[in-house]
This record gives sequence, C-alpha cells and structure tokens, in this order.
Amino acid sequence: MARIKENMIHGLFFLNGLVVVGVLCGIFAILVFTAAPAFKEISIVEFLATVRWNPTSYYKPSYGILSMIVSSLMVTIGALTIAVPLGIGTAAYLTDVASPRVREVAKPVIEILAGIPSVVLGFLGIVLVGPIIARVFGLPNGLNAINGSVLLAVMALPTIISLSEDALNSVPRSFTEASYAVGATKWQTVVRVKIPAAISGIFASCMLGMGRAVGETMTVLMATGCAPAMPRNFLDPVRTMTASIAIELGEVPYYTTHYYALFGIGLVLFVITFLINMAADAVLNKYQVKVR
Amino acid sequence: MNREHIKIKVKDFNFFYGEEQALKNVAMDIYKNEVIGIIGPSGCGKSTFLRSLNRMNDVIPGVKYEGTVTLDGKNIFAHGIDVVDIRRKVGMVFQKSNPFPKSVFDNVAYGLRINGEKNKDVIAEKVEKSLMGAALWGEVKDRLSASAFDLSGGQQQRLCIARALAVEPEVLLMDEPASALDPTATSKIEELIQELKKNYTIVIVTHNMQQAARISDYTAFFMMGELIEYDVAGKVFTNPSKKITEEYITGRFG
Repeated sequence: MARIKENMIHGLFFLNGLVVVGVLCGIFAILVFTAAPAFKEISIVEFLATVRWNPTSYYKPSYGILSMIVSSLMVTIGALTIAVPLGIGTAAYLTDVASPRVREVAKPVIEILAGIPSVVLGFLGIVLVGPIIARVFGLPNGLNAINGSVLLAVMALPTIISLSEDALNSVPRSFTEASYAVGATKWQTVVRVKIPAAISGIFASCMLGMGRAVGETMTVLMATGCAPAMPRNFLDPVRTMTASIAIELGEVPYYTTHYYALFGIGLVLFVITFLINMAADAVLNKYQVKVR
Repeated sequence: MNREHIKIKVKDFNFFYGEEQALKNVAMDIYKNEVIGIIGPSGCGKSTFLRSLNRMNDVIPGVKYEGTVTLDGKNIFAHGIDVVDIRRKVGMVFQKSNPFPKSVFDNVAYGLRINGEKNKDVIAEKVEKSLMGAALWGEVKDRLSASAFDLSGGQQQRLCIARALAVEPEVLLMDEPASALDPTATSKIEELIQELKKNYTIVIVTHNMQQAARISDYTAFFMMGELIEYDVAGKVFTNPSKKITEEYITGRFG
C-alpha cells in the first residue's frame, strides 16, 4: 500500500515536471511553426540584418528588424549599467553596513518595488522621468532609450538586490573573520573578499535582472518613443522587439506575411533570452568549479 | 623566561553574549615571546577569551564587555582605538582553516595589499618570507598561482598561518589550529609554533592536553568562564594548585 502511494507521488511530481517542459516545448513549437511561413517571402538575412521595418507598405513591404534588436539590447544594457552597481551596492549595504532596524524597513520596501505594475512605471516614465531627461539634455521630449533604461533598471533592481543579498549572506563568516584578522576594514572585506566569494550568486542575480529587462514590454512601449528606426545613441527614441509585437499584433490581418513576421520577432526574442540563460549557466558552472 | 615584559595584560575582564556571561573577572598577564596554552572543557570561554584579545568578538551582534585588555600598556577597548590597527598587531589563526577562494599567493598577499603595499617586489618578497615562516614554501613554491583549495588540510592551515604572518603581527592568536588535522600535520604545526615564538607572542587554545603540555610555556585553565589556574606549564601539569585543575588534566571530566 505504502509502495503504491509512493509511486503515485513519484508519478505526480514527474507529471508536474513534464507539464512545465511540455509547455515550454509547445511555446517554442508554436513560435517556430507560425514564424516559418514568413521566411518563404523574407530572407533570413533581410529579416535579421536590415534596418527598414515597413510591413504595410503598398509597393514594397520591408521586414528588417535589426533596429529593434539593437534597440532591445541598448535598453537592456543601459538598464544593467544602472541597476548592477546600484543593486550590488545596496545588497552590500544591507548585509554589512545597515543596522538591523534599517534592514527591517528596507527589505519590504524593496519587495514592494518588485510589485509595481509595469504600466505604472511606464506612466511614471512619461510624466516624470521623460520631462527630467528632456530638461537635462535639452531635448523636445524625454521618450527615448535612456528613459527605458532607467525604468527597466528600477524593475530589475529588486531581483538583483534580493538575490545578491542572499549570495552575500551565504559567504561563510570564516572568510570575513580571516579578513578582519589581518587588519582589513569593513569596506576592504566587502569589496575584496565577500563580493568575490559571492560572485556566482551575484552574477546569477544580474542575469535574472537582464532576463526581466529584455522581455519587458509595457514600460518600454510607453516610455521609449517607439520610433522604428536605427538609434544612433541613447538619446534617440527606440522601439524594442517586445514593443513592436505588442503594438502591431492587435491590428495585423491574420495569416499574412506581416503576421508571420511578428512571430518571427518573438522567436528571435526567445532565442536571445535562451542564449543569455545558457551563457549565464556556462559561466556559473565554470566559475564554481574553479572556486570549490 | 622573560617575566619582565608583559605583552598583554588582562584585568577584571567580563564578557557577555546578550544576558549570558561568558567570562567572569578574568585577569591574566601574557609575557612576550612565550607560548600561552589555554585549556578547559567545551564552552568554558576559552575561545571567547582568545577572540577578545584582538576584538574579533566585535563582529558578533549583542556582545558586551567590561574591564581592560592592554597591549603594550594601551587599552584595546578604550574609546577611539582603531580596531583595524589592533588586529594588524594581533594576528589570528582559526580552528578550521579558512583560506580565501583565491590563489596561494593572493591569500598571503591579501594582508599586505589591504594595508596599502603596492610594490610588487616587496609583496613577492614578503609572501616568500611568510610562507617560509609557516614552513610551507618548499611545498608550494612551484604552484603559487594554484587555488588555495587545492592544498591539503594541513597545508591550508599553514597557509592561514602564513597569511597571518605576512602583516608582521606582534602577537599570534591560535584557536585550536590543529584540531582538524591528522597527527603528521599536527606535529608540523607544533614544531612551527616552537619556531615562531622566537619572534612572536603566541596564545593558543587547545582541546588536546598533551599538546598543551608539549608546546606551552604557560598554561591557563578555564572553567565556566573563570580562569581557574594560570602558571608555568610544568607546574600546571605536574603539580596544579587547585584540585579541579588536577581532575581535569587527569581526565576525570571534560
């Protein structure tokens, strides 16, 4: 009897695992099969390596998404540039400097930050961050790549802070004490011993933050200006892959090349996040083997 | 015996973890260039006492202390004392070897670098000297860039000693440095301690009575947070003045 129960529990968990894998494979399959017809008319080179995106042109529709890929990467890199140092710094402050009382207040506040809906952040991007950027850089409006980067950084911060904090907390106290024992200050101990020892966890937190930023849609759609052109710098308006799909999929006639091409963008996005995760995993494994 | 020069003087020292008193009215004179062995049953406060001598207990939240510990006549608990400076003068080796996840070289160089040494030649020279001082140079000189975790347990502990020596402390605190090591590695550490006392004052906590008898010049016996007996090692082990000391060293409890 106990044996049967055990087997049933095994089976249940196996089924759960299977569902997750099944859903993932299903999504991938749908993306591939729906995107495939697009490439009967568009060459993959044109799709990935040209800039002009004008699928509704009457004479000669064009389907280049390079500017969107660049836009997505720009906004993501910008967000990480802001969020990674800030996030690690905050995590180090919370683990090693802050008094228990400060920590008790700060932790829930950071968690609340993670719960802000992206559309609210987008709204703040339009009415708050945008005007500030416009004022500082002397632009007619502030809806551009920097704006998106700032907002995505805010979204990625809670992830980076919480996970980096966990990583720093799990650094054995013996390392900290060894550092103090040779006359290191708190700052030296954090920077030269704790952060290097926790680097794999910190790195993972940044990767998760990056995943969040690459895939985020509503905020960037609202705050980045959405111009489907090649951005020259961070002050140009950009239109990311996610924003393009969100804008156009509602209005596109079904089963047209345009419709299929949008799924093609989704596929590219999927592949990019997949590669990021793989790369992160590889780096992590390599590093952990070296350390342990 | 150099009874004239008191390196560390502990007076009326009380120590608390929160409400719990871990050390009671401890008074002890630690003489220069001697090995002071601290023995006592588990939980008697010997590690707490050791960690008070370089204020390592400061990292534990909720601790309190009373009384004074003077290093060369200066109270290390006085207001405005630089803890970092104390710890540089009073080095420490821990029970479990705790090298950093860095290379052998970087482990030893760490203390030099954080204390502002930039000159690569000076660093290399002092690393070599420290590794020699810890009797490890011959074994690692060809793999200084290997990870410290690739060394054996005994080598890792000697690496930690080298790391402590690199900043040229005056006192070396050792918290059961050989308790996790096999007999061969242990005897190497013990030989090393005899060598090191020429230049350093050494305070060593040990669980192992034979070890205390072998290596210490003075022996302190702690129990329940009190210093029961402190005298020349020969006297403590052959003719202790308190009955309880005798019971402990003859293995009747503990």
